[in-house]
Amino acid sequence: MKTPALRSLFDRKKNPRVAWTGIVLMTLALLALPFALAGVGTAWVRITNLAILYCFLALGLNIVVGFAGLLDLGYIAFYAVGAYVYALLASPHFNIHLPFWIILPIGAAVACLFGVLLGTPTLKLRGDYLAIVTLGFGEIIRIFLNNLSSPVNITNGPQGIYMIDPFHFGSFSFARPQTMAGLDFSGPVKYYYILLAALVLSIVINLRLQDSRIGRAWEAIREDEIAARAMGINTRNMKLLAFAMGASFGGIAGGMFSAIQGFISPESFVLVESVMVLSMVVLGGMGNVFGVVLGALLLSFIPELLRYTVGPIQQAVFGRTLIDPEVIRMLLFGFALVLMMLFRPAGIWPSALRKRELEARPT
Amino acid sequence: MSSEPLALLAATGVAKRFGGVHALSDVDFTIRRGEIYGLIGPNGAGKTTLFNVLTGIYGRDEGEFLFDGEPLNDLKPNEVAERGIARTFQNIRLFANLSALENVMIGRHVRTHAGVFGAIARNARTLAEEKGIAARAYELLEYVGVAERANHLARHLPYGFQRRLEIARALATDPKLLALDEPAAGMNATETATLASLLHDIRRDGTTILLIEHDMKLVMGICDRVLVLDYGRKIAEGPAADVRNNPAVIAAYLGGDIELDTKGTQ
Repeated sequence: MKTPALRSLFDRKKNPRVAWTGIVLMTLALLALPFALAGVGTAWVRITNLAILYCFLALGLNIVVGFAGLLDLGYIAFYAVGAYVYALLASPHFNIHLPFWIILPIGAAVACLFGVLLGTPTLKLRGDYLAIVTLGFGEIIRIFLNNLSSPVNITNGPQGIYMIDPFHFGSFSFARPQTMAGLDFSGPVKYYYILLAALVLSIVINLRLQDSRIGRAWEAIREDEIAARAMGINTRNMKLLAFAMGASFGGIAGGMFSAIQGFISPESFVLVESVMVLSMVVLGGMGNVFGVVLGALLLSFIPELLRYTVGPIQQAVFGRTLIDPEVIRMLLFGFALVLMMLFRPAGIWPSALRKRELEARPT
Repeated sequence: MSSEPLALLAATGVAKRFGGVHALSDVDFTIRRGEIYGLIGPNGAGKTTLFNVLTGIYGRDEGEFLFDGEPLNDLKPNEVAERGIARTFQNIRLFANLSALENVMIGRHVRTHAGVFGAIARNARTLAEEKGIAARAYELLEYVGVAERANHLARHLPYGFQRRLEIARALATDPKLLALDEPAAGMNATETATLASLLHDIRRDGTTILLIEHDMKLVMGICDRVLVLDYGRKIAEGPAADVRNNPAVIAAYLGGDIELDTKGTQ
């Protein structure tokens, strides 16, 4: 790995000029990106938005899995909770239309509550057992959402909730295209900026949490729970805190998802989604914030890239489409996952700590 | 027990059973402030069980602990640490993949306060606290002689360093009583001598020590008083020199009634 060299090159103290030039260039590139993508096709802006949302989600799960070492297979449930809170409070379903800056914190709080609800009974479980319980929890939430349409119609069951309000400040709506300063801002482009801001914020939160008294306590629990307790760390509260923080992230991501899509149904929150987010964390590099972001970007973009390339390549080579792109796309995707785990078991960009843990593990 | 003005820890009638096994029965003892108190006994005598009961890892079946004038009953291990008892483990339990410095910094957790909001906002108070944690941790590493390897991973440290690092991590919790479970196990003579002088320093600087140890030379050399357990019962307690000559102790250690068949198995 060349990261140490890279890191010192971009160190703000050692190399301020290089570092700040890098930061400014990257910011400009990220700000210009949606316009470049819009040139290719608005679909790609949407895909990018969804990828950023997954980054956000993966960073939330990283707090639970990467920092505190608690394997959570039902993480998507918190995403669902946040999404439904937003949908119910900003749609014609109950005819409530609260602004997003009120609903998002509510969604985070409700998801946080669910996080504690899941965390409390599972405190003494570890590893596989915790995974099974969290998996069950995720499914329970989804089934609830699916069935809470009678006797009182709360979630509208499998039909889902329609016409969810987009983000808006007064008359400034994030869903409507608009021309500002001579540039065309489509709805997805506007959302891109708000998602990017949220992502940057969540990266900062993750990094700061990791390098703090709380982060160290989580590391201690992951390394040796008994020793951690003997050193005075309240492992119960620390684990609950990890669940609650991760869940809040999920809740906010869910709210943003609701607003962007305008429609949600229980089908968006199936087990595969939980597995996908967990794969992003593991594949990118559990516990390393930038690794997790990289993992989320790769796993979001690769399937889409394959969707647009598998068909044309077959056309060019064989003159016709031999295998349905939808089938081969997931096959290649799975194959890529297996290869990556074989050659980089600690993730593409592992955290230094995780790498050491894997090396120390007796084989 | 509280009639003794200097008592830091007083145990009365402590008992612990595992199924039908009486790991501890009716153990009484008193540790005075500022002494090094030895806990010895043959393998399986219940020394580590007593440690685990004291530090809240196991629950008690009977008896009471009075620590620093207040009862110490049914507390969780982290609460015991908060009250001022820090321990090490017989088979070292460091955070193996963290650096020596990080290990000691984690020991400061219980005496510091920054929460989630402090961690995220990094306000002046949190930054000052973090600085204090690192400074104190480094100081403790110097105290136990591991400072030169502050950034080494705990699992890459030589054995003697690991033992001393574990002591530094325990000291980081500002304990009134430092409970050490066989700190000299597996050490060579030089390492044991270093350890002995470290324990003297710790006592001099005001921390009372409870020491489980098999190395009799070390125990007799540094302990003020000694408690001897055998089959979970107290068989002697008193100044080291007295205990050494106690017939019950000698019998327990030498196992008076074992006869070996020296003729072989033929």
